Amino acid sequence: MLLAQRKLGVAQRAHSRAAAPMVARASRRSLRCEARKVALLGAAGGIGQPLALLLKMNKFVTELALYDIVGTPGVAADLSHCNTPVKVTAFSGAEELDACLSGADLVIIPAGVPRKPGMTRDDLFNTNAGIVQNLVRAAGKNCPQAVLEIITNPVNSTVPIAAETLKAMGVYDPKKVIGVTTLDIVRSNTFVAEARGLDMKDVDVPVIGGHAGATILPLLSQATPAVTFTDAEKAAMSEKIQNAGTVVVEAKAGKGSATLSMAYAAARMAESTLLGLNGEPNIYECAFVQSEVVADVPFFASKVLLGPHGVAKVMGLGELDAFETAALQAMLPQLKTEIQKGLDFAKANTA
Amino acid sequence: MAALNRIQKIASHLDPPKPHKFKVAVLGAAGGIGQPLSMLLKMSPYISELSLYDVMNTPGVAADVSHMSTAARVKGYLGADQLPAALAGANLVIIPAGVPRKPGMTRDDLFNINAGIVRTLAEGVAAHCPTAWVAIISNPVNSTVPIFAEVLQRAGVLDPKRLFGVTTLDVVRAEAFISEIVGADPRDVSVPVVGGHAGVTILPLLSQARPSLPASMTAEQRKALMTRIQDAGTEVVQAKAGAGSATLSMAYAAARFADSCLRAMGGEGAVAEYAYVRSSAVEGLPYFSSPLRLGRAGVEDILPLGPMDAMESENFEAMKAELLGSIRKGEEFVAKGPAAAAAAK
Repeated sequence: MLLAQRKLGVAQRAHSRAAAPMVARASRRSLRCEARKVALLGAAGGIGQPLALLLKMNKFVTELALYDIVGTPGVAADLSHCNTPVKVTAFSGAEELDACLSGADLVIIPAGVPRKPGMTRDDLFNTNAGIVQNLVRAAGKNCPQAVLEIITNPVNSTVPIAAETLKAMGVYDPKKVIGVTTLDIVRSNTFVAEARGLDMKDVDVPVIGGHAGATILPLLSQATPAVTFTDAEKAAMSEKIQNAGTVVVEAKAGKGSATLSMAYAAARMAESTLLGLNGEPNIYECAFVQSEVVADVPFFASKVLLGPHGVAKVMGLGELDAFETAALQAMLPQLKTEIQKGLDFAKANTA
Repeated sequence: MAALNRIQKIASHLDPPKPHKFKVAVLGAAGGIGQPLSMLLKMSPYISELSLYDVMNTPGVAADVSHMSTAARVKGYLGADQLPAALAGANLVIIPAGVPRKPGMTRDDLFNINAGIVRTLAEGVAAHCPTAWVAIISNPVNSTVPIFAEVLQRAGVLDPKRLFGVTTLDVVRAEAFISEIVGADPRDVSVPVVGGHAGVTILPLLSQARPSLPASMTAEQRKALMTRIQDAGTEVVQAKAGAGSATLSMAYAAARFADSCLRAMGGEGAVAEYAYVRSSAVEGLPYFSSPLRLGRAGVEDILPLGPMDAMESENFEAMKAELLGSIRKGEEFVAKGPAAAAAAK
């Protein structure tokens, strides 16, 4: 019951954003659901575990391959008892990474360390850059056709690392490397709905730019349903969205960063991606991808259309109001620096 | 059970369910089960308010979960002083609080720690939301449900129709394991699991499984399947090698049970479920898990166990003593009172 409601909710959101007619449930059932293997790298971690649960409950997944450096047998044994048809397999340690990835259609990467109070996402760079590069190398070797979705922070840098690493291996496809920014959209939807007393199912706020602090740019002027904010309210709401991750890090007082809401958002993105792979039309999500939408900024988050090969189309930014235009200009230097940091790391570390 | 579900479907067509929404409190929300359970409950269309209580870490969990773009309003409550506020107005209280097993432990080994925790929470429920439905996950369920009942009874607020020990994970496991054997979608498998919630007190009625088990299955194989279902919890404790017991599958099962409770509470017609409840289904056993029909006021009917084959009857007889022992242990814990329990340590 829970599951069916959630599925329909996700689909409704996807379709309302595109302003396209809703795909009736009947026709979705008749869509050929392909066998889909999803590999989850970092499955025993704070995000990985609840995300694995949501993927085990997802009707578009046929095989869920769980990988981590430690702890996966326990997580897999636990999840395998859920009575859904998704087949769960466990892989532990670097020697088993290849087998985990072989044949995967979608690879989701939450692996790495989370922030502690006082840290920015960029502070994680030194630890997480190497982790992501290793995992992406293995994906490039074992499942170059797969869509890669990167959650590991700092996303503004780890996505460029992934792209450069795959380029060096000769298997880079920009349609298939996606930085997950869905949690910013989920947060925006929540905060705007709460502020205006709207039903959360109906609210959609696009968020562009990047996935750290001021690089997170919610486009309140493009929210559906349309909402009006004074300039002061806009500034406050934007800041609230940008700082939401930090608020959770502080509230957890050293115990981690957002895990459950991140799992929820990543599961939504995974489902949209699988729907796209299965040929469902009009699946739009905001995501951080290789982009030409803003001059001189090689990676940028904007609305993308998801299709049978990953990103089918990177949409434009649409109309920005004065507040948003100014905010965009102001944050570009930070975004470019963080992208460059990732590119430089990858180039310095070609295997 | 299939007939009940058909009745429910027909009823819901005649009187389309308005999704009534309720306040649900999770006690132990920051724990290994509590966190993924809180995430799943936040996604429920039947919950207007989600109250997350624990003795530590709830501010972080609540902040996290509150960002999910679903309707339920989340509030975190930290520490015993905030238990009353967490419980006020709750329609359903779900309790995963307590410590999990480590390899080598039985659920009964948890008794000493978890009994006290459950008693304290029961006192809170009795004082602050005595008419709420209560779903207890904390092990050993065979004893913690009687503990809860005794506390509510002494406070004069016990309604046995609204007190449940959650056994849904045993049912989920049985469905998953049988689906592997018969090659069916596990969501299309149904098999009753009755009795209690520990080792041999878990009684899967394989002879009543739909679809039926293949005739080619030998008696040894059926016995092995029964044992696997009974020991599945231990299987996960071993696999986690000290890192805990089932958390994700337990959250999944508890969310499913909560969903059933909330639909029944909202008047969606009779809902079929299994749970460990105060019962006269089996002579000599004051608590037992049977097939239930849930309605607006809680348990509407405790249904008959149905036919058992020879292996099941044998297991049934053999486990009665252990189940009764666990029930008595829980009752005596409350009868002795906190002073006696402290002196006994």
